[in-house]
Amino acid sequence: MTRFPLQLARWEGRQSLRRVGVYMLSISLGVAALVAVRSFREDVARSVREEAQVLLGADLRLSSRASLTEPVQEAVDSLRGEGRPVARTTTAGSMVLAPSSGVTRLLQVRAVEGDWPFYGEVVTRPEGLWGGEGGQGVLADPAVLTQLSVEIGDTLVVGELRVPLVGSVEDLPTSLGFQTAIGPRIYLGPDLLEEAGIIGFGSLVRYETYVAIPDAPSRDAAVATLESLTEGDGVSVETADEQAEDLTDAVGFLGRYLGLVGLGALLLGGVGVGSAIHVFVKERLTEVAVLRCLGARQASVFTAYLLQAAGLGLMGAVLGGIAGVLIQQALPLALAGVLPVEVDPELSLPTLAWGIGTGLWVSLVFALLPLLTIRDAPPLRALRQALEVEGRRTDPLRWAAIALGAASVVILCLVEAPSWREGLGFAIALAVTTLILWAAGWSLIRVTRSLLPRRGPYTVRQGLNNLFRPRNQTVAVTLALGFGAFVVATVLQVRDNLARDLAVEQLEGQPNLLLFDIQDDQRAGVLGLLPEDARSAAEVTPLVPARIQGIRGRRRSEFQELPEEERPSGWAVRRDYRHTYRGELTDAEVLVQGSWWSDAPEVEEGVARVSLEVDLATELNVGLGDRITWDVSGVEVESEVVSLRTVDWSRFQTNFFVVFEPGSLARAPATWVVLARVDGEDRRAGLLRQLVETFPNVSALDITRIQEVVQAILEQVTRAIAVLAGFAAVAGVLVLAGALAASRHQRAREGALLRTLGARRGQVLTVLLTEYLALAGLAALTGIGAALVASWILITQGFGLEYEVNPGSVAAIAGGMALLTVVSGLLGSRELLRRPPLPVLRGQ
Amino acid sequence: MSHVIVAEGLGKTYQSGGRPLSVLQDVDLTVTAREIVAILGPSGSGKTTLLGLLAGLDTPSQGRVILDGQDLAGLNEDDRASFRARNVGFVFQSFHLLPSLTALENVQVPLELLGEGAAGARRQRAQELLDRVGLGDRIGHYPAQLSGGEQQRVALARAFSTRPRILFADEPTGNLDQSTGARVIDLLEELNAESRTTLIMVTHDMELAQRTPRVIRLSRGRLVGDEVGVPA
Repeated sequence: MTRFPLQLARWEGRQSLRRVGVYMLSISLGVAALVAVRSFREDVARSVREEAQVLLGADLRLSSRASLTEPVQEAVDSLRGEGRPVARTTTAGSMVLAPSSGVTRLLQVRAVEGDWPFYGEVVTRPEGLWGGEGGQGVLADPAVLTQLSVEIGDTLVVGELRVPLVGSVEDLPTSLGFQTAIGPRIYLGPDLLEEAGIIGFGSLVRYETYVAIPDAPSRDAAVATLESLTEGDGVSVETADEQAEDLTDAVGFLGRYLGLVGLGALLLGGVGVGSAIHVFVKERLTEVAVLRCLGARQASVFTAYLLQAAGLGLMGAVLGGIAGVLIQQALPLALAGVLPVEVDPELSLPTLAWGIGTGLWVSLVFALLPLLTIRDAPPLRALRQALEVEGRRTDPLRWAAIALGAASVVILCLVEAPSWREGLGFAIALAVTTLILWAAGWSLIRVTRSLLPRRGPYTVRQGLNNLFRPRNQTVAVTLALGFGAFVVATVLQVRDNLARDLAVEQLEGQPNLLLFDIQDDQRAGVLGLLPEDARSAAEVTPLVPARIQGIRGRRRSEFQELPEEERPSGWAVRRDYRHTYRGELTDAEVLVQGSWWSDAPEVEEGVARVSLEVDLATELNVGLGDRITWDVSGVEVESEVVSLRTVDWSRFQTNFFVVFEPGSLARAPATWVVLARVDGEDRRAGLLRQLVETFPNVSALDITRIQEVVQAILEQVTRAIAVLAGFAAVAGVLVLAGALAASRHQRAREGALLRTLGARRGQVLTVLLTEYLALAGLAALTGIGAALVASWILITQGFGLEYEVNPGSVAAIAGGMALLTVVSGLLGSRELLRRPPLPVLRGQ
Repeated sequence: MSHVIVAEGLGKTYQSGGRPLSVLQDVDLTVTAREIVAILGPSGSGKTTLLGLLAGLDTPSQGRVILDGQDLAGLNEDDRASFRARNVGFVFQSFHLLPSLTALENVQVPLELLGEGAAGARRQRAQELLDRVGLGDRIGHYPAQLSGGEQQRVALARAFSTRPRILFADEPTGNLDQSTGARVIDLLEELNAESRTTLIMVTHDMELAQRTPRVIRLSRGRLVGDEVGVPA
């Protein structure tokens, strides 16, 4: 082959850039999203890996709800004996009152014993307070100062302790941003924790033991020993690397989903490329015929145009790559609140090359099919321009191009998705969505055509007719714009529904205050503090801590001997249970097997009747009539399953895996939980203050506060997703712009003809406006319709919530789309309105 | 003198509305080297079809075409294109310059397709031809920036760029006014004489036909006249 294709591509490239250069931007957008997300994912993984020891503050951590058993403690002591630094932290939730402001909050109180963290530096204000644990005072996360409205030097009341706040912990490397947002902490010495007296029976406490063993063989040996000693004790042994891996996985998972949205934007760009090249090729067929007349071979001309598509695709991809690197720099700032570490963006050339390569590949694959038409242009067309290009009935290359396109989409999905299942699922979902959107768009266009008004202003009828002009891209544009609307509308509808579910305060009569760790003798006193109306409606529930000792007469230690299909799940056996006893089912429960107490079969004397949550029963491999032995504060309690229930865990109330018959656990030591509704923020604040002063060990949660924090995180995550969804929407608009740019000459000729025949500018403008509004309308109907179905499935099936359409966001998306479509359409057609008709008709 | 074009029993039939429609029938024709031939006939007489068949742009339904000793029936589409690149030049009624290429680049296209000689030499040849047609100062202009006459002069330069043995011209003045058309024909004749090219020109312009030494007349797809005489 001669160098002609390259030469022609180079010559024609300048004009092609002007004609279909916009399509290259739709590729840029997708590449930018992919490069940004992938680079960012790598940045996070690298930062977490580099900071693994610092993030744990040690090489090894043992964490448990109870103090370590003697053998484990001995193993830890022997490590200490070998000269390994060992430290211990004890963390418990407690109400903290700031007398100066009168504000109370449930905070995490952490006592640090030893020189932890062993890695990384803790920054305090004033400096150098860490290690001495503030002496006779406490330190606090900066969020605490804000939440309690206190300053350094103020006094805090923690349980029975009145203590000065001596400083703030500005940077604790082991603290993950989002954890601090949910549960801000105060730090004190072990003696002060003891003095505060907040750890009592049934309190939620976490004990963590940290060890520094930098050399891997010794660490692995220690881990093996400790794991064998803690088997089934509810103690988790974790190394710094394991924690880093968990964190990387979590962020990587989110990153990969974001990557899929980016891929969606890129593939949409591909649709834009296909549609622009389709029009471009149709308009070039005579030129192709002239070239063939002059002696150009089929392959030469095809290669010349393929090279042009490649060149434009490459430019688009490179632009996108550069934009992606810029976005990568901004992402750590935008997501600072949910990132485990400070992320330092680093340019990754392989990722950049991969993104650019993917962009180029997608442009070529999507351009291939329309480009194949070039081969069918007969040279005779140079003499007879009316000669139509006859496609080949069976063209193996066309089928190969389609197969290549489909295979590319699947491979890219597999590469981007967290797992091959999700990749395949995404590819199928993409295909189904595209098919549905295409079918919906196609049907809508058909319906519109059949309903075209025969009367009414000519300009409107002409505008609607334009949707069906020869070489129209109506289906492709409807598909692309519709896809953008679909992604944005789905994200927003899901967010709106989740946010509505979180808005507890707005739900009349729902509890908004949770009081817990109430001891038996404090129950009446705590209830007495509640306002009269709240007291009568309050839900008071006993909590009895328990662990499984045996099932069907077989001891827990013997479970391992059971054949696998009969063996109960490890987590279900090991976990610490909190049971309750009551006479009624709650709104969140539905009996699915057996009978409730009054109708249930009597059981042997000394055996308690229980109702199990149905999934737990499956995990434990038990059914009606089976017996479970519980360890309740050191006393063995035998129970028999008489019913199975489903529980709606999403309901804000106290839900339980196991409910005992009233009276059966009445003598067991219990703590109490009170759920109440107290309206008015001031009344709640006043009540909490009184509560801390009277019952320092009792904890309270103002649900509206949690809701605020969760909503803030939800907002941040949805913002990231929405930005990428926005990419898809903008990509859709670029497809429109590309289609308009590609058909500019055709439109210009039509406009010029209309104006020659006497149409005023205003009339031409009305024709255009009608066409663009109709396009936006078709796309919005298609995309939003599909989004409502998709979000309904997600919310009702995925989250198990009630679905409600937010008409505001639907209207906003439809309006936004109409505006974007009309503005970009008119921008692309301004030449048509501006240029006098004669030069246009003469083709100048 | 040797025959550069031989057409034997040439015919073309299309399917129209499910029935065969014959647009050219039994055309026998020979053209010798450096001959200038006008194909004359009313619209729909089959002029353009004959030109397309002679140039190998289309395949005949009957008969055969031998161009410069090569039977076109023995060549596939791409081989015919390569043959054209080496031996044939074209001038079209609608000029058919590539709109995205400058005048110079348009003239270079056939040279690039042949791929012979150095890039500098090809460019120089194109420049010389544009000088020759009086557009040496317009080499960087795009077709849209040139008048119809100028565009056709660029097309002439393009047609002669590879020094073809045969030149096919399809109504070369059809889109031009009379005086511009006359200037283009003068130029065509000059270049043709300089290049010793065989020229086959389709026209329905009697005046133009009278300037050519040989006129072939077509009517309803049949050759109805072949007049050889001295041009007026």
